[in-house]
Amino acid sequence: MLSRKQTYKSLAAGYCVLGGMAAVIGAAVFALLFSVSSNDEAALFNTYIWRVTRFTLLQATLSTLLSIAIALPLARALARRQQFVGRKWLLRLLAVPIGLPPIVAALGLIEIWGRQGLFNTGLQMIGVENPVSIYGLSGILIAHVFFNMPLATRLFIAQLERVPSEYWRNASQLNLGHWAVFRLIEWPYMRSHIAGIAGLVFMLCVTSFTLVLLLGGGPAATTIEVAIYQALRFDFDPQRAVALAMIQLLLTAALLLLLALINRAPNESPSLGQATMRFPGKGTGAIILDYGLIAAMAFFLVSPLVSIGVSGLMADMDRLLREPIVWRAIMTSLGIATCAAVLSVSLAMILVRARYGALPLVGRSRLATLFRPLASLAASLVLLVPPIVLGAGWFILLRRHVDVFSIAPVIVIIVNTLMALPFVIRVIEPAHTTHMARTGRLSASLGIHGMTRLMLVDWPGLRRAFLLATAFAMALSLGDLGAIALFGSQDVVTLPYLLLQRMGSYRTSDAAGLALLLGLVCLILMVIADRQGHGEKVERSA
Amino acid sequence: MTGQAINLENATIHYGNASICFDLAIATGAITALIGPSGAGKSTLLNLVAGFEQPESGKIFINGKDVSSKDPADRPISMVFQENNLFAHLDIETNVALGIRPRLSLTAQDRILVSTALSRVGLDGFEKRMPGTMSGGERSRVAIARALVRRKSILLLDEPFAALGPRLRGDMLELVRALQGELKMTVLLVTHQPEDAASLADNIVFLDQGSAVATGPADGFLDRIDIPGLIDYLGRRNEDVGTTPNH
Repeated sequence: MLSRKQTYKSLAAGYCVLGGMAAVIGAAVFALLFSVSSNDEAALFNTYIWRVTRFTLLQATLSTLLSIAIALPLARALARRQQFVGRKWLLRLLAVPIGLPPIVAALGLIEIWGRQGLFNTGLQMIGVENPVSIYGLSGILIAHVFFNMPLATRLFIAQLERVPSEYWRNASQLNLGHWAVFRLIEWPYMRSHIAGIAGLVFMLCVTSFTLVLLLGGGPAATTIEVAIYQALRFDFDPQRAVALAMIQLLLTAALLLLLALINRAPNESPSLGQATMRFPGKGTGAIILDYGLIAAMAFFLVSPLVSIGVSGLMADMDRLLREPIVWRAIMTSLGIATCAAVLSVSLAMILVRARYGALPLVGRSRLATLFRPLASLAASLVLLVPPIVLGAGWFILLRRHVDVFSIAPVIVIIVNTLMALPFVIRVIEPAHTTHMARTGRLSASLGIHGMTRLMLVDWPGLRRAFLLATAFAMALSLGDLGAIALFGSQDVVTLPYLLLQRMGSYRTSDAAGLALLLGLVCLILMVIADRQGHGEKVERSA
Repeated sequence: MTGQAINLENATIHYGNASICFDLAIATGAITALIGPSGAGKSTLLNLVAGFEQPESGKIFINGKDVSSKDPADRPISMVFQENNLFAHLDIETNVALGIRPRLSLTAQDRILVSTALSRVGLDGFEKRMPGTMSGGERSRVAIARALVRRKSILLLDEPFAALGPRLRGDMLELVRALQGELKMTVLLVTHQPEDAASLADNIVFLDQGSAVATGPADGFLDRIDIPGLIDYLGRRNEDVGTTPNH
């Protein structure tokens, strides 16, 4: 419930934000479009580019299949085993990869799955001669499963938690077996969301950059995003970068269209982790299978984290923290992340408020009717143009006019802001809707507005969502290697960039120390956000 | 703060295919109850009067002045909702004081006003309590206390006591009746309980399918057989009509 003046003001602000976003993204896309000179088009789409495209699709398909194939039984096992020690922690663990910088996770995975890692040592002990390679396709798959399987599992669990508790009571009264419960209840509830979840995972794998950069090896295991980076930073071949970026754009556009057709955005219920009344499956076989899977996956997720901690602690932190460049990287990273997070949350708030304000005017004012679909479109536009493509567009646009490396921080902040925006909106919009349903009419009828309203009503009500969104956006920006990989230089160094450099020069111990540092900062951010939310709940129920 | 007249002149809103159009006058300084089946437009009528919804065409007058395009805060109205009447993170005193000063800088005099209003609704000493620690009935009382300190001439009640038990609901209705008798506000009440309407209100308006079908004195209103839809709404069979005692 906004007053007329507020409604028009918020709509105007919303349109300004949309215009700005369209300008930033549009400029990059047009720069790419117009730098394809028509005469060498044929030469552009050569075998190298096709091979890269094929590999991109292959790894994304396999990663998606694997993630879903593990997530389905894992979600089922976790949903029907309501009581075991550490279940709550395991559910939290599933949320960790989302906030973890990919470069940190990659380092941990290399330590576990690498040639001298835990897994291969074990294989050798039981007499298997050929070790699993963490580099190349298998490594990329392991890393993508590490990141996406927990996400898919969480989404499937949320789906299973929507099953009304009467279903379970009925099932146990009717004495339905495992198979019947699965076929009649669990499968129908999960099936409807498989396409949407798989689409999401596929999208994330197609646009994944950091993991492929670190674990892919050579031209045989390179994705489009990494090839764009190599073309711009190593081969100085902007034409190839443009061709690759165009293919990536077409690919993501086709995917987004497909996802829109599937039209079931997977949603996580806020009640995740709360035990629903459910009777665990009986039978020794089922118990062994469930707990076996749970234990194996817990180990799969925990082991890289532990190894980051252990090898990070063994690194010479003392010396590392005396290096001026480390401190500069920390400061740059925090600065960029703070700016990007604040910008992202502010833009999201403006868009969310304008969408809310437009709602009662839909059908009456053309500007208002148009705004809601436009705002959703803008959010997809951000997904359409992955950070690397956006960066590449601006790189090509600016390289003839300014020193691209000198304006790196600005570009990185803009790219990180846009990158976080769809996620930030997803955190803020539901909270804002609930908040306005609780307080909107009340505030309007009491005439509370302006600063008073902000301090007295909106901040207390939305604080939790704001902090959560800010922490999330910061973590995303802190861990981002995409934009900085294109624009980074000796003058502008962020933590992930420094980490990449140290890995590149085989200073493994330094890399481990930096990874621990970066991982800890992101973890602390997530914990702070979680605490804030918790504090609020306690206060409410008091 | 004597009551003011409310008039709706063909105030129209469309919801998809359904259209709602009100053309009626609400009696000044009296209690009027709105009854009718769900979807009849009871809440929409209150929202139009309060300014939470604007009519697509037609006008709304309060005391003869056209308020159709005024914001809720600019109308001489207090409203008590079914729930979420209080800001859950603010204590009772602050919640009530918001009715006096939305900018919140309480003087000693304001505090006395708040305490007086709270004791008027039977909540002495509740100033520092949080809404979450109180029962639904107590929270409704706080909302009424706030309506008291606002001193607006019109009070809108949107099923505020629907969730309360019979005795508590009776107490609340009595409280509303007493306050109205004292302050002579114009009270407009939406209720799902026809017997509440009959016992509390001076007048009853029966709404059906988006318009006011009939208006009349509460006495004997529920026994009328000339109102299309009323018998069906009350769930009475035709042969019962006239044999049921007065409510």
